Amino acid sequence: MKILMTGDEAIARGAFEAGVAFASAYPGTPSTEILENVANYKEIVSEWAPNEKVALEAAAGASIGGARALACMKHVGVNVAADPLFTFSYTGVRGGMVLVSADEPGMHSSQNEQDNRWYAISAKLPMFEPSDSQECIDMLQEAFDMSETYDTPVLFRITTRIAHSKSIVETSERKDVPIKDYVKEVHKYVAVPALAAKRRIVVEKRMNDLKEYSEKSAFNRIEKGAGRIGVIVSGMCYNYAKEVFGDDATYLKLGFTNPLPGNMLAEFYKLVDTVYIIEENDPYIQQWVERLGYKCIGKPVIPPFGEMTPDVLRMAIHGKGLDVVDYDASLVVPRPPVLCAGCPHRGFFYELSKKKDTIIAGDIGCYTLGFAEPFNGMDYVVCMGAAFSSGHGTQKALTAAGKSTRVVGVMGDSTFFHMGINGLIEVLYNNSKTICCILDNRTTGMTGHQEHPGTGLDINRNPVHEISIEETARALGAKNVAVIDPNNIKEVRAALNEAYAKDEPSVIITRWPCVLKHMNDNDYEEFGQDLFRKKYTVDESLCITCKACIRVGCPAISIHPERNKSTIDPAQCVGCSVCAQVCPKNAIVRAEENR
Amino acid sequence: MTKNILLVGVGGQGTILAAKILTLGLMEAGYDVKMSEIHGMSQRGGAVSSHVRYGAKVYSPVIERGSADVLVSFEQMEALRWLDYMRPDSTAVVNSQSINPVPVLVGKALYSDKILDEICAKVRATVLDATAEALALGNARALNILLVGAAAKIMKLDDIDWNGILAKNVKPAFVEINQKAFARGQELVTA
Repeated sequence: MKILMTGDEAIARGAFEAGVAFASAYPGTPSTEILENVANYKEIVSEWAPNEKVALEAAAGASIGGARALACMKHVGVNVAADPLFTFSYTGVRGGMVLVSADEPGMHSSQNEQDNRWYAISAKLPMFEPSDSQECIDMLQEAFDMSETYDTPVLFRITTRIAHSKSIVETSERKDVPIKDYVKEVHKYVAVPALAAKRRIVVEKRMNDLKEYSEKSAFNRIEKGAGRIGVIVSGMCYNYAKEVFGDDATYLKLGFTNPLPGNMLAEFYKLVDTVYIIEENDPYIQQWVERLGYKCIGKPVIPPFGEMTPDVLRMAIHGKGLDVVDYDASLVVPRPPVLCAGCPHRGFFYELSKKKDTIIAGDIGCYTLGFAEPFNGMDYVVCMGAAFSSGHGTQKALTAAGKSTRVVGVMGDSTFFHMGINGLIEVLYNNSKTICCILDNRTTGMTGHQEHPGTGLDINRNPVHEISIEETARALGAKNVAVIDPNNIKEVRAALNEAYAKDEPSVIITRWPCVLKHMNDNDYEEFGQDLFRKKYTVDESLCITCKACIRVGCPAISIHPERNKSTIDPAQCVGCSVCAQVCPKNAIVRAEENR
Repeated sequence: MTKNILLVGVGGQGTILAAKILTLGLMEAGYDVKMSEIHGMSQRGGAVSSHVRYGAKVYSPVIERGSADVLVSFEQMEALRWLDYMRPDSTAVVNSQSINPVPVLVGKALYSDKILDEICAKVRATVLDATAEALALGNARALNILLVGAAAKIMKLDDIDWNGILAKNVKPAFVEINQKAFARGQELVTA
């Protein structure tokens, strides 16, 4: 059957067709939708793991247990999972195992632009790079077969435009791949030095054998054109290059990119005079080509960062793009993302950002938007789960310097389970006074509302054991733990004041659901049947246009251009009441309940 | 020759469903189709875009600056933001609705009243109040399908069973309103 699929959907389909029996992931743009779609196939056990390291370890374990297994993550997630990855490369697999790494050229939703193809080199793994959704399916079949034939995990590297763009695919039936019988093989799977040293030699031979595969692989090919211009590409760049160089050029299209095919490269160079290398992120292919002694045009003529979309390539190669309309760009105001109307982070940041002599250590999630206008409530963000640990270090440094400054760490609920819990242990163990705030919005918000260990639901929204953040903090030994309603700004202020008054660590947990999350019966029971069904309105006879409500940064509130009074968009307001609480004239009042 | 439809707007306005309906119709008509959009942080009330490309064989899923055959904007400032993606002789369909970005909300920038004038001075544009038109039909949220109807008209995609596509891909309760919205969108660009 022919259907339109994103790359993420196609990878899920490919996993289904390849007979995958176990899949694990931690959400991360642009990889999230892979596991969400895998979970639709009942034949595959699909799980959200607390973080990428755990996801990869679970998939490795499933492979050792004989099942074909898949782990998916965004590029920075592979950093988290790197430790098991490097060792699993040595032990090899029993059931085939594939790791999908979703890289982010252009950094649409990421903190860096790292090129995870280097992981294939350093962890000694074969690697595929699909260029469209059909190749996601086809290459995944090959990747699982290869994993078992060559006894190795396989790196499957995609980029944002593969993950989130749709193209037409042809689907097939699921292959019948029984879970293999377990066999105890200590020499292979127990990675103690004496045994791992022997595996080290096996790995070297494996990568050598794969060189032969690379030369013959159906996914590495020369597409001959009439002209003498050559273009070397992998992944999505194949499509971008086709738009700019057309069918006249000769292409070396690389779909299997570790190890790379040296003989095929030599053949390619016989056909062409001038060679361009088009790749996103690092000069991964370029360095290989240059090391083999060939001349090529690559980076920095081709930009070293960002996406190599056709307009970028055309400019880099021809010095000018297509004709465009010239317009007055000064009329266009930036439109950065904002905390939604009703976001439970708003009340918290409104109060926190007023604290003096404070450094705020942030983390990765929607609440990172607290850094921006109107709160300016964040000093730094390092990586997922770093708020408490990095905050701890800053607090220690400032205290050592004799400063009275307090450090507040801020992270979300899913982030707490991801790695943040280790930071809290650091704070409690090393006698810090860092104030640790966990903004529990009952979901993984930024990536599109995935369940996590604290929500009480699994990926298919079946009830499972719910891990309480409060009980976890207390069990670790935190003495000062407060659970508060972030929409009640007096409560937020009181909790912060109490924490600041203590010369020891405090844990503040704000608990209110994300306005966009998939609500369940428990949410309505805990937060009220009228959850997000209230509305507020401005009594213009009382409004003095002081703009205090504007400073809560809610997209539903603005100053009416003609009446010059605050006005609330009833289509957006969901009744969090934060604006009403900051109004000095009590001019913001409950509107009629609107269900 | 590959054709390009660029849909732009503000997160939450329904650009994703609009692009989906377009791509399904185009696939049914036998075209090769690719579509690209960016998810994640940009969803949170930020500027969003969906690129739809179709033809005999499509390579890039991303529209090149200067090559959109039609720009469909769900919000007036967003049309201006993406104007350089249009082929200079192509057409823009612009919903006149304005949604204030945060810098405007917090009083650090102004939402200019010259935006529609600037668009109309620089390109061929059909400006319509899609929000009000959809509301008049019964549901303001149908503005996205109304704009799809307008785009389909401009691109002369008349041989596609759009009503059937809508029937299969929106919730049953909203099929009729969306079919009406599609038809209204078609009317508005010929008027």
